[in-house]
Amino acid sequence: MGAAEAVPAKFRAGDRVRVRLADPPGHVRTPWYCRGHVGTVERLCGAFANPEELAYNRPGLPAQPLYRVRFAARELWPDYREHAADVVEIEIFQHWLEAA
Amino acid sequence: MSAAPSESAGYYRRMQAAVEELLILKGIVTPEDVQRQVDAMDARNYKRGAQMVARAWCDPAYKARMLADGSAAAEELGLEVGPLRLIVVENTPRVHNVIVCTLCSCYPRMLLGIPPEWYKSRAYRSRVVRAPRAVLAEFGTALPDDVDIRVHDSTADMRYMVLPLRPGGTDGWDEGRLGKLVTRDSLIGVARLPDVA
Repeated sequence: MGAAEAVPAKFRAGDRVRVRLADPPGHVRTPWYCRGHVGTVERLCGAFANPEELAYNRPGLPAQPLYRVRFAARELWPDYREHAADVVEIEIFQHWLEAA
Repeated sequence: MSAAPSESAGYYRRMQAAVEELLILKGIVTPEDVQRQVDAMDARNYKRGAQMVARAWCDPAYKARMLADGSAAAEELGLEVGPLRLIVVENTPRVHNVIVCTLCSCYPRMLLGIPPEWYKSRAYRSRVVRAPRAVLAEFGTALPDDVDIRVHDSTADMRYMVLPLRPGGTDGWDEGRLGKLVTRDSLIGVARLPDVA
């Protein structure tokens, strides 16, 4: 996949990001439990065809940057009962993220 | 695989058989293609992942390459990983990693083979992100109090494997012997490897 077919990456490791609180129809690979929550970019994984398009047999281009975003478990679950330092890391596409 | 399903076969089994028959009738795949894929899937199991782990325990330079690029480290050992990217996450005395796919059942099949049934269950997928220690306890796994948990949700194009802590009492062991200590569940992160007496 050539660079020309990829959306430029907007975030870097360490950036604080918020997952959009959206509910579009169709095949979405952003888990509900992280929508609206704030986390930190752990790394940029590269750019990949958008699964929301691939699911309908479309090419999914330009490719979307994909990040691993680290969330405190207590950010995701206010009633989380285990360690305060526990985290959940989730792969999230750039079009689901905004600067926080 | 091509045998006609019985009346009692479930919906998905019947759907799979119907689609397979159509693909063969239309000349898109042959029964031999299907069997070859089934055989290839059956041939892959967690021993591949165990081989990488044993190498990493013995060779710090390999371990560094594996943590930087899991797919390249697998290919270095002649293990084919395909288009999905492998990320290896390292357990330390302070951090324990666990893998899940909350959306479906994404799993590093290229290295660990077919996932266990529980990995695909709604109970595991929904609970391990919310109460990981409680889920680990059900696997008989207890973590020391000073260990924090990092859960990895494989939601897109990455696949994950845990690099477990090397068991104590194994100084001087070679890769072959170490590899035999590695379990599937330790590579998913629901188990830790006991020290060797």
